[in-house]
Amino acid sequence: MSIPHLLVHSPKDTCGVVVVEDLKAGTDMLGLITENDTTFHLKARMDIPIGHKVALKDIKAGDTVWKYGEDVGKATADVAAGEHLHVHNMKTKRW
Amino acid sequence: MQMNSEKAITAARAQSKAALASRDYGKLAVTGWRRESGRVGVRNHVVILPLDDLSNSASEAVANNVKGALALPHAYGRLQFGADLDLFFRTLIGIGSNPNVAAVVVIGIEEGWTKRVVDGIAKTGKPVTGFGIEGHGDIATIARASYVAKEYLHWASELPREECAMSELWVSTKCGESDTTTGLSSCPTVGNMYDKLIPLGIYGVFGETSEITGAEHLAKARAATPEVAEKWYKMWRAYQDDVIEAHKTDDLSDSQPTKGNIAGGLTTIEEKALGNLEKIGRKSKFIDALEPAEAPAKGPGLYYMDTSSAAAECVTLMAAGGYVVHTFPTGQGNVIGNPIVPVIKITGNPKTMRTMAEHIDVDVTGILRRDQTLETAGDALIGMIQRTANGRLTAAEALGHREFVITKLYRSA
Repeated sequence: MSIPHLLVHSPKDTCGVVVVEDLKAGTDMLGLITENDTTFHLKARMDIPIGHKVALKDIKAGDTVWKYGEDVGKATADVAAGEHLHVHNMKTKRW
Repeated sequence: MQMNSEKAITAARAQSKAALASRDYGKLAVTGWRRESGRVGVRNHVVILPLDDLSNSASEAVANNVKGALALPHAYGRLQFGADLDLFFRTLIGIGSNPNVAAVVVIGIEEGWTKRVVDGIAKTGKPVTGFGIEGHGDIATIARASYVAKEYLHWASELPREECAMSELWVSTKCGESDTTTGLSSCPTVGNMYDKLIPLGIYGVFGETSEITGAEHLAKARAATPEVAEKWYKMWRAYQDDVIEAHKTDDLSDSQPTKGNIAGGLTTIEEKALGNLEKIGRKSKFIDALEPAEAPAKGPGLYYMDTSSAAAECVTLMAAGGYVVHTFPTGQGNVIGNPIVPVIKITGNPKTMRTMAEHIDVDVTGILRRDQTLETAGDALIGMIQRTANGRLTAAEALGHREFVITKLYRSA
């Protein structure tokens, strides 16, 4: 298969990880869920660095973000599918 | 003797190559040094161990006189007390007792505590001698210690490697400069290795108490018994209450995740913890929760050790616990090494592989491209552990990384 742009741990996840360098806005990303080996496509809405997260669906401020099938924090702003998800719009619920 | 040793090594390597190819992990052999205690070491160091900061200078002078001897300078050893002093002695005695060390010269400012370290190391049966500086001065101490160190080096350099089962190795793990790629590739590669080798009888260990935060429910569930789970949970809780809560000035968002973690795409401590925990694989349960630098005593299997998440402190504590090879997944490119334990670096991040490949021993970037499976990545790591045990220098060893950092619990008296 072609090299995926995006890897996702679990089907339950609402974010994935960019695994190629220099991903540009507008790219039709090939995504792959590693737990069940299924693929999907998603358009990148911005340039996103390698290793950084992308929202897989529209996430509202306050929504839980899921990764590894687990709760890894919450969105602090609305994030649209295909947008960069990081410290500017997401944080831990612990502190 | 030398001929036999060489023939044995050649035969063992051929057999192991075939065993790895057929995934018959039980037949994997390494050639190491069987110490007086029965344990197997993969390095053959003669260590000049300073008891305290004041003795670093003399220790380094001895190592300069005797080429091939290794001084381990550090910052502590004066006016420590209580649990902090216990940990200090456990660390020094553990490092001297590690099977990667053939013989030890201990140098201290005075003879009392020096003798305590010497007596602790002597329990392994290996050669060890201590020297106190007071009443002699540095120069005479350096001379006396150098004569002994030179004899130890001659002796150690003639010890032959012997064939040992791979399952006799104690293999530790801790990751560093993690990013999202470590949770996807290099950490589960270590997990795959543990899933294959722990059932065969190796000792494993993971730690990083603060970095389990966010995955503590999953870590607790991996304890072998409810008693071990409770012991572990108390350790984790104590770290939260006595270290984090007692000393934090705002929250941990400036150090957990670290700036490097954040640059690599990790956003929260939970996300980091879940990636971290991938290192213990899917199958093993941990059979005990060890104090920092405590040697495991419940037989082969996976252990937890209460450690800081700072790389050099953690690897030093695991080395003091008796582990002889360390596996170190990295995302953004941590460059750490240890003076007595080879640290094998694994990365799945293609940018790190492109920009700092000289620090990496095992390239698992294929996992992200999906042209390498976890199964083959785990085998590649097992192959590298074997080659490292057989004598291949790791990237950290070749580049001279000898980070020896003692964990200190609180201020000295």
